[in-house]
Amino acid sequence: MPELDIVDLSMRFDLPNGSSVQALQDVSLNLKEGELMSVLGPSGCGKTTLLNIVAGFLAPTSGKIELNGHLVKGPDAERGMVFQKGALFEWMNVRENVDFGPRMKGMPKAERDQISGHLLDVVGLQDFKDKAVYELSGGMQQRVALARCLANEPDVILMDEPLGALDALTREKMQGLVLKLWKETGKTIILITHSVEEALLLGERLIVMAPRPGRIHREYNLPFAERGVNADLRDVKKSEGFAEMRDEILSMIWEMEEEIMGRTEQAG
Amino acid sequence: MIVLLFYIGLFGGAFFIVYTLRRGLHARKDFTSLKTVTFGDESAVRADRAASIISVLVIFVIWAAFTGSKLFPIHVPGPFVGDTQFTYTLENADGSTDEATVFVRVPAFGEEAEKFEVEPGSGFAKDDAFAAPAGRSSTILFDKNDEAKRKDGAKIIAINGMPIGPDIKVDTGDGAVRLTGKGAISFTPKQGLQMNPIWLPAPETVVARFFEIASEGYQNFSLWEHLGWSLLRVVAGFVAGALVGIPLGYAMGLSGWFRGWFDPIVEFMRPVPPLALIPLVIIWFGIWETGKIVLLFLAALWIMTIAARAGVSGVNISKIHAAYSLGASKWQIMRYVIMPNSLPEIFTGARVAMGVCWGTVVAAELVAAQKGAGMMIIAASKFQLTDIVIMGIVMIGIIGYGIDILMRKAESWLVPWKGQS
Repeated sequence: MPELDIVDLSMRFDLPNGSSVQALQDVSLNLKEGELMSVLGPSGCGKTTLLNIVAGFLAPTSGKIELNGHLVKGPDAERGMVFQKGALFEWMNVRENVDFGPRMKGMPKAERDQISGHLLDVVGLQDFKDKAVYELSGGMQQRVALARCLANEPDVILMDEPLGALDALTREKMQGLVLKLWKETGKTIILITHSVEEALLLGERLIVMAPRPGRIHREYNLPFAERGVNADLRDVKKSEGFAEMRDEILSMIWEMEEEIMGRTEQAG
Repeated sequence: MIVLLFYIGLFGGAFFIVYTLRRGLHARKDFTSLKTVTFGDESAVRADRAASIISVLVIFVIWAAFTGSKLFPIHVPGPFVGDTQFTYTLENADGSTDEATVFVRVPAFGEEAEKFEVEPGSGFAKDDAFAAPAGRSSTILFDKNDEAKRKDGAKIIAINGMPIGPDIKVDTGDGAVRLTGKGAISFTPKQGLQMNPIWLPAPETVVARFFEIASEGYQNFSLWEHLGWSLLRVVAGFVAGALVGIPLGYAMGLSGWFRGWFDPIVEFMRPVPPLALIPLVIIWFGIWETGKIVLLFLAALWIMTIAARAGVSGVNISKIHAAYSLGASKWQIMRYVIMPNSLPEIFTGARVAMGVCWGTVVAAELVAAQKGAGMMIIAASKFQLTDIVIMGIVMIGIIGYGIDILMRKAESWLVPWKGQS
């Protein structure tokens, strides 16, 4: 039973000028298998730091992360990551990008082709499998990134603003794809986003973080992701409770931003 | 100076002629022609192919016109060639005068002036025959056969009936006559504007020399051996430099100890021009092949090191993180992420390094070599064989350009993703 436990995580960055920034303070979370959690917050609230610690790229100042009962000490194939952009390998074609993980594990070619063929079908890029990745549009490139991550069969998928660099129309399409992949694969997903709408649509659970020090401000359990699996996302946005929820969270973040501004003005 | 004026004139002339013709013939119909702002819009400036072609033609036209080439009908005035004559009036010590004629024969550039005889004629001043080289002054000792000598007080008072003195020059039409300090005649045939072949031979001479050397060789080696040896040295030095420089650059990009250790060395050696190392390399390794290859190795080494280091440093951290979270080991990340990611930078470095190596090898061969492109032109220059020098320079240019084209082709074939991401 894969389960992600984040226990009392704190992260302090010491700056060269002697001061320090408390990026995270006592963050605790527990994710069950197959949960889809979105993380939202104003800039500087430590959400990317949190993701980097879960991915194993950073070691926390204190606290720990456990996956399936073992301690997370560094990056590993059990925790896949999807980046905003620039993480595809331009020197490989689409299929080689997708089967990179299995290839590194030494999986035989026939098996790899089966995996990549299936995933390219799922993300709708079968016709592009021999193309160079830089020939694809931004949306297609993110589909490749999703497929590459899934090919490795991770227990947890970490998404760092995966749709942040896309235009609004492509973004909406991709949100549908993320929901579809989540439902079909049953993976545990943590998704970081700047967009309140996206956080509502793509989160069974939604964490709103507050800055300085970075901490969990509010947590919600939302029905919209489940609704979105079988419905048009535009209908979900019109469905009961969505608009109110969006307004509530937007004003919450506005208040945080104003508070930060006020604090900087006082300090100044 | 005159050549420069000609060149500017042809530049302007070609510009106006081409633009007037174009305006009459057809207007541009592409997107750029619809732009109202083109001055300062870099994308609206395209190299004009007609200008490029005319530019190359103009160089050959000027070359041909100023060297009296037989391939081109229009020439600037050449030096006087052929037979001419002038009379001088000699005044004897007792005041009596006599006239005599000097027959001058001027051969074409590069031909030997052959001696000839004329009848001396009557009077105490006798006619002279003189073979003068083209384009430069020569002294005529007119009184060798005269009955009145300069040491007896005889002196020239006029040329062609025009009075002449120490400071007065007389133009005979085909040349200029002065008196030397000792009273002898100094005759300069008209020089014209054409170049002496010793300074600049005609294009066909250079081409002929190319075929001659291509079939017969020069200084014990065929033309292809000369050029091939230069190329071989460049390739050997470059390959050695790349084999050491690329791993060194990788190590500097990946390890703080390596970077700290080699940074001062690389940063110090990088701005030292390879040519400045020639004396030291000769002292240490001698003037033969080892010395040259070591020099080229040093020329390529720092460039390749810095290129490889930049290639490693330039890798997007997202790619490394992605590879780690896809389960790649350090070695796999090196092999499948860092190395391919650094290839564009390494290719850029390789192009620069090949260019520098090619320049350095020619310079090194100028200093000392038995064979090679640089040796060929320096040896030819010692014998004033300007045609070989020019031919050598052209061949060096063509090969250098060829190397760069090949490198660019290899680049677009091996790293098609360069500049994309």
